[in-house]
Amino acid sequence: MISYILRRLAATVPVLFTVAVMVFLMLRLTPGDPAAIIAGDNATTQQILDIRTKLGLEEPILQQFFIWLGSILRGDLGESFFFRKTVFELISERIEPTLSLAFLTIVLAVVIAIPLGVLAAYRQGTWIDRVVMGFSVIGFSVPVFVIGYLLIYIFAIKLGWFPVQGYQRISGGVFPWFRSLVLPAFTLSVIYIALIARMTRTSVLEVLSEDYIRTARAKGQTEVKVLFQHALKNAAVPIVTVVGIGVALLIGGVVVTESVYSIPGLGRLTVDAVLARDFPVIQAIILAFSFVYVLINLIVDLSYTIFDPRIRY
Amino acid sequence: MKSVKMSRRTVVAGAAAAGALAGASGASAQGAANVLRVVMHSDLRIIDPIWTTAYIVRNHGYMIYDTLFALDSKGQVQPQMVDRYTVSDDKLTYTFTLRDGLMWHDNQPVTTADIIPSIRRWAARDPLGQTVMGFIASMDAKDPKTFEIKLKEATGLLIFALGKPSSNVPFMMPKRVAETDPQTQITEFVGSGPFMFVRDEWRPGDRAVYAKFQGYRPRSEPASGLAGGKVAKVDRVEWRVITDQQQAINALQAGEIDLIEAPSHDLLPLLKADRNVKLHNWNVLGNQYTLRFNHTTAPFNNPKIRQAALYALNQEDFLKATIGDPEYYKVCKAMFVCGSPLETLAGMEDKLESNFAKARQLLQEAGYAREPVVLLHSTDLQVLTNLAPVAKQLFERAGFVVDMQSMDWQTVVARRVKRDPPTQGGWSAMLTSWVAADILNPVMAGFFNASGDRAAFGWPNDPEIEALRARFARAGSEAEQKQIAEAVQRRVAEAPTHIHLGQWYQPGAHRSNISGWLEAPAPVFWNIEKGRGA
Amino acid sequence: MTAPASSSPVAETAVPLPAKPTVWRKLLRSPNVVVGVAIVLVMVCIGLIAPLIATSDPTAINPGARNRVPMATSTMRMDDGTRATVTHYMGTDTLGRDVFSRVVYGARVSIFIGISVAILSVSIGLVIGMAAGYFRWLDSIIMRIMDGLMAIPAILLAIAVVSLSRAGLASVIIAIVVPEVPRVVRLVRSVVLSVREEPYVEAAVTAGTPTLKLIIRHILPNTVAPLIVQGTFICASAILVEAILSFLGIGIPPDVPTWGNIMAEGRQLFRIFPHNILYPGIFLALTVLAVNMLGDGLRDTLDPKMEKRG
Repeated sequence: MISYILRRLAATVPVLFTVAVMVFLMLRLTPGDPAAIIAGDNATTQQILDIRTKLGLEEPILQQFFIWLGSILRGDLGESFFFRKTVFELISERIEPTLSLAFLTIVLAVVIAIPLGVLAAYRQGTWIDRVVMGFSVIGFSVPVFVIGYLLIYIFAIKLGWFPVQGYQRISGGVFPWFRSLVLPAFTLSVIYIALIARMTRTSVLEVLSEDYIRTARAKGQTEVKVLFQHALKNAAVPIVTVVGIGVALLIGGVVVTESVYSIPGLGRLTVDAVLARDFPVIQAIILAFSFVYVLINLIVDLSYTIFDPRIRY
Repeated sequence: MKSVKMSRRTVVAGAAAAGALAGASGASAQGAANVLRVVMHSDLRIIDPIWTTAYIVRNHGYMIYDTLFALDSKGQVQPQMVDRYTVSDDKLTYTFTLRDGLMWHDNQPVTTADIIPSIRRWAARDPLGQTVMGFIASMDAKDPKTFEIKLKEATGLLIFALGKPSSNVPFMMPKRVAETDPQTQITEFVGSGPFMFVRDEWRPGDRAVYAKFQGYRPRSEPASGLAGGKVAKVDRVEWRVITDQQQAINALQAGEIDLIEAPSHDLLPLLKADRNVKLHNWNVLGNQYTLRFNHTTAPFNNPKIRQAALYALNQEDFLKATIGDPEYYKVCKAMFVCGSPLETLAGMEDKLESNFAKARQLLQEAGYAREPVVLLHSTDLQVLTNLAPVAKQLFERAGFVVDMQSMDWQTVVARRVKRDPPTQGGWSAMLTSWVAADILNPVMAGFFNASGDRAAFGWPNDPEIEALRARFARAGSEAEQKQIAEAVQRRVAEAPTHIHLGQWYQPGAHRSNISGWLEAPAPVFWNIEKGRGA
Repeated sequence: MTAPASSSPVAETAVPLPAKPTVWRKLLRSPNVVVGVAIVLVMVCIGLIAPLIATSDPTAINPGARNRVPMATSTMRMDDGTRATVTHYMGTDTLGRDVFSRVVYGARVSIFIGISVAILSVSIGLVIGMAAGYFRWLDSIIMRIMDGLMAIPAILLAIAVVSLSRAGLASVIIAIVVPEVPRVVRLVRSVVLSVREEPYVEAAVTAGTPTLKLIIRHILPNTVAPLIVQGTFICASAILVEAILSFLGIGIPPDVPTWGNIMAEGRQLFRIFPHNILYPGIFLALTVLAVNMLGDGLRDTLDPKMEKRG
């Protein structure tokens, strides 16, 4: 087990290297020029060329890559082209809102979706099943930003229960923090509730037709026990996989949700950096996201052994 | 989708209800009475207003720096840091005396040793500064409070330039900061203005925070435009970033913020219906939409084809499509802005009327070979988004072939400085907007610079315009300036460097307990008071 | 080796298709399939006959008639001097373009994006996933690259792809396909891995069946059912992702109307003129719903395990 984990961790190095190469090339080949953006609207051509030279963008691409790789290996993420701040500083400022949002969203999605999915599977073909599946379909068919606007209109503007936008740091109190995140987390979770509920229903249905479920029922175990102890546990592998994939999707959703609610997190930092072609920031964020993603995959794979004893490493 | 329907029915009621709710939700933890929470038009990322021309950085400059001279609400230049100045009879020697009590934010006194390098650094970056620098023979500090500027030849531009209201503004910085290489950004944020920059709380993409500088001694005159006494009446100003326009308005109506610099025009009806919100047209001169040609490639390397474009377009269509409400736009064929001293119709009388027949005739005479016009369309800036589609339609009706390419504004900015042929990543025309205060005469307005490679993107090369601009800089009287400006406009009507597409006004919005927002070419936050209540 | 030794992590079914003619009859009996197909067909027809039903040119702008409410009329002067009066069934947008005409033309583009993204991602993913699952020596390399691709946030990957070339239909489709492929690959690979362990496949291998035949006969059929479900998701989500790319300002340029960019353009005026979001939103939601129903129906019918339970 330990050696498996170590091997998996070692395997992340080539993945991250692939990501680094891909991202670096992609950015250097895009048409945007950070120097032109930095120089402002009325800049002359010479001013822009001066800035390019200052930023090292006039060096050969290969040389730029190895300079960057070298500093990453020394643990130096570099400095933003725009902000007089290091990339490390920028990322650490933004990590709290994004982690909070992601955490609440996943909790919300799992707590709502799994019972719904189990219920729908258990009552397959009834109106309950149709309502759950109907909700999951609607969750898939409405763009995130529309859900956001609707929730804001109803719960922030009409009812005034939650703030329209913004993020309160957790250091300012758990209640304001929670209140500022309710609408964004719900907005973001809609699509995961749909995804997870759907997958839970599918998996549980499959398991319910297995012989050992019939055996359990025949032995006179209660339906709740059959459902949650036997069926759900055996259906857990695909569900966990979906939750894991969901985390990757979450990162994309965070970008939109943070824009709608003006939450100063990593998602907005990413979009801002991409639109401004702030290369050092983009490179660092993508590497960080990749690392997190790989870690989550590892955790998901390890959790299979817990849910399904047939799987061994 | 059901709720969408509901929202349409109740939209008017909704606006009122939101206002009523504001009292409850507005009293957030940080909603102390003396903090002004503001949404600006963009995020503050760079903080060197000499190094970049971006308007948001200029606005930051007005928060923390002070200027030697400043424009008052009547457009007159008034002393600001300068107490008094004298001009010798031959108009070649200017002697300036700083007023008493000027302090940097680190509590050191402001002296002439700081002022001279500040002027030099600004003049190295700013086009008007470069012109003026060409006239200056020497700048010398006589004592800590007095300095002298000697000119090689007389010009009416020196005082005007030192009071230049918009990018780049000659902001004064401490000597050690002002001596930074003009090509390098400054790293220290010490000014002598009415507010101090709170660096620890600056989070790009989220907020920039300013605190009142207790050591600032304002002039005794009342505030007027950018001139007069800059009295900070709030303890803190927080610039919050809300990128979504509708959300900014929702937040204002809910009392989560106090002021929006530039709310979207299409959303103004929501704010007009809200009695807790007031609109304020702080930039009286407004802005001017502009189409810029690339003079180095076909088809717009031909002046006759550029003139055909001038005949094909009309201002009203652009203004209607972007601003909509006639209260906030003005059709104006004067390139140096309607309502300014140099306003003139010269040369433009029959242009900008969408005379497609005339445009087609000119295209034929010019031998237009149907080279596609590569038109850059920016899709993410509300005030610019609708311009390019209108230009495309009008151009096509005049017989142009148009290839409109959509991209975000940052890509437009990067693309327009590329001199490649349009088919290989270059461009033929793009649309932007100028703050009227930046284009009041042919020397300061960057798009009139027709010095070829040294000009701004588009690179017009027109010795006749250049000769007129040089004469303008030497002009001794306003009458002479006006005459030269007319000549420039006539020349541009024959061989356009760019096309002006009408003036528009950007009202700001604020909660009704906010008062004292000054009318000026830039949004400034001194003099603003925040009353009690939501 | 990352592969679980004995069981697939994805329980999407892995049982061979019953290759009987009754499948078609069963499909016709499934209400999900019938309703889904019907709605999708209606939408496709609307897209095909858009030039006949549109009341005006979807790209013609009219600054004098912007932000009209549904059913309002406007008059536009043509180049030849004649005047044309148009009734805007769904109002107009901020450029005075007719929303009804844009929505019906939008059907073409949006549905095309959905279908082509689904087909492209499924077929590319199928080939790569089979290779990874079947050829052990390829597996590690492919999966590391897929992990790398998946690790880059999809939106960011899409922004990069779009800005690499000109914003346009092709670049948007590629931008949506690229992040979908690794997910299909993982699914296909896991199915292949679990099928390989089945006794009848092992028997075939021992009997010296050629690799290609093995893949076509035994492995390919097992991927069909899960891929249909996956393809459904992809088709539906592609239509949505296109809307999100428009929201972020990097979608298909607005002179080519899609449901996504009509909504994205109209979103700023959501509180005043909801029609810009409402009508394309209804079309989009209906279509996505229909595609999902179709997928569910196909799945229930093609998956014999479901049938057993009756």
